[in-house]
Amino acid sequence: MTATTQTNGHGPALALGPILYYWSRETVFEFYEHMAELPLDIVYLGEVVCAKRRALRYMDWIELGHMLQESGKQVYLSTMTLLEAASELGGLRRICKNEQFPVEANDMAAVYQLHKAGLPFVTGPAVNIYNSHTLKKLVELGLQRWILPMELGASRLQEIRAAAPNVASEVFAWGRMPLAWSARCYTARAANRTKDECGMLCLEDPDGRLIHTRDNEPFLALNGIQTQSALTQNLAAHMAEIRRLGVEVLRLSPQARSMTSVIKAFDQLRQSDDDSINVLSKLEALAPIGTCDGYWRGAAGFDRPLEMTRAAQS
Amino acid sequence: MELLCPAGNLPSLKAAVDHGANAVYVGFKDATNARHFTGLNFSLAELKRGIEYAHAAGSKVLVAINTYPGDSEWRAWQDAVDTGAELGVDALIVADMGVMSYCSERWPAMPLHLSVQGSATNVDAIRLYHEQFNIKRAVLPRVLSLKQVTHIASEIDIPVEVFGFGSLCIMVEGRCLLSSYLTGRSPNTYGACSPASHVRWEETDGQLDVRLNGTMIDQFEPNEVAGYPTLCKGRFKTGQRTYYALEEPTSLSTLDILPELYTAGIAAIKVEGRQRSAAYVAQVTSILRAAIDSCISDIENFQPHAAWREGLARLSEGSQTTLGAYERPWQ
Repeated sequence: MTATTQTNGHGPALALGPILYYWSRETVFEFYEHMAELPLDIVYLGEVVCAKRRALRYMDWIELGHMLQESGKQVYLSTMTLLEAASELGGLRRICKNEQFPVEANDMAAVYQLHKAGLPFVTGPAVNIYNSHTLKKLVELGLQRWILPMELGASRLQEIRAAAPNVASEVFAWGRMPLAWSARCYTARAANRTKDECGMLCLEDPDGRLIHTRDNEPFLALNGIQTQSALTQNLAAHMAEIRRLGVEVLRLSPQARSMTSVIKAFDQLRQSDDDSINVLSKLEALAPIGTCDGYWRGAAGFDRPLEMTRAAQS
Repeated sequence: MELLCPAGNLPSLKAAVDHGANAVYVGFKDATNARHFTGLNFSLAELKRGIEYAHAAGSKVLVAINTYPGDSEWRAWQDAVDTGAELGVDALIVADMGVMSYCSERWPAMPLHLSVQGSATNVDAIRLYHEQFNIKRAVLPRVLSLKQVTHIASEIDIPVEVFGFGSLCIMVEGRCLLSSYLTGRSPNTYGACSPASHVRWEETDGQLDVRLNGTMIDQFEPNEVAGYPTLCKGRFKTGQRTYYALEEPTSLSTLDILPELYTAGIAAIKVEGRQRSAAYVAQVTSILRAAIDSCISDIENFQPHAAWREGLARLSEGSQTTLGAYERPWQ
């Protein structure tokens, strides 16, 4: 069991991030059966947001992992991001010691356990790697690949890669961005309920629950204790730069609809220099409400590229 | 149980020391700390004077170097660490693993505290920092229940510090990017949340709109009090409902649970607010000093005085306080 990066064909590998939302058991199984047939190299599996989401248990994720592995995917088990209760650390320990799949650490608690066990790991977006000094320290502890934190962009990635050239990196190329984590469940709060009596309302929001500003601009998507961007980060227009930087992996974050089209579009883009406006505008239409790429360009995260704005209006 | 108070400048540091703070925490005048506001924080000369003043009175000085540098900015963080260590501060409060690594190698005798911005919400995360960097204290994020805080304090071999009063981050600190999503600047990268440079107030027909880099954070009727537009404390809409989708404007106060925190062995109660005035620091410090002294001297019969409550409420956002995540129903 190793945590190396394999690529099919040219360009960066395509990874499917963990499902950030709460989908029914049937939906999840159907989703991954379908994903097994798509040109994905890597699949991250597991519940990363809320310990109360138990439609799938540990053994279900393991079963899905084997099914995807048999289809040629490289599988990682992803850990919970916000770990508070002692019981949650127990669940974490089980994932870290699974002995079948390498692990994506989403909290320093996972890094601690994996390091203790002498296991290699990769890190998810909530592990703060903002510079090469932190990256090198984590490499000492067993890190093999890392994903650029959501709020950083191309210039920061270039600096870090230059200073730590032998560590594989990943970028969040498509999806509503995880922006914040809280003890409070905002989906329950939206319905005037407490977290203890949430009734798993998040099942009703397969892409999160949109909140708008008072002048009706879409602002955020509430996903239980996680708060996401309303806009979908889309780095498709930056594929030439991503290839030039040598990024090893592109992460596509699951959404309820049109995931197949998203994956096929990125598969097309990663292999050719044809960043055509056709593929880009097709992708724009696949986001729940629209796309942004500000962080990548060093701007505010919700900033939309000019060509996307034009494509949306045409 | 120490009282640790904020100081954004020398007068605030003196106010904290004069009113009974066991320790004061400060930052330099740049993005190396999480209160990077115009006109705030300490120059080298000011910090020297602050340390002399505090040490003469038997108080400690802690320096927060708790933002996340990029490689091209690294030198500023390294300089901040070196300066703090050379001046003989009592501890450095650090979040970034790279900065922590530098501290522990270059200044092994300098006590390191894991900043709240380090997002350590459980015992294993704290153990990692303890084993790798020999941290001497962990500051817990404001998302944990009293039960969870008590559990962590009992399991961990190093002292634990919690927030006792001040503005309330409802998101895990160090993991909140809401501010950079709208402005490009966040606590992690820039040391500020919802920066004033991006705030715009607009009045039309008596109604006050407030925007952060163009995005509407809230609207106020003439009879409503408008506070600082921290974006998580604005009103938003889902369906037909307009409400404080994330949190009301309110401040955290642990007055009611001081005995529980003391019994749990909490090493220090931290007051938020380096951006506040010296008068604010003086009032909060003196109230909490009296409350902690009263709690320690007779824990069985501890009752918060009405005057303390009223005093703290007057200094709170929206004139109201909450126990926040310490209290289960809040979650």
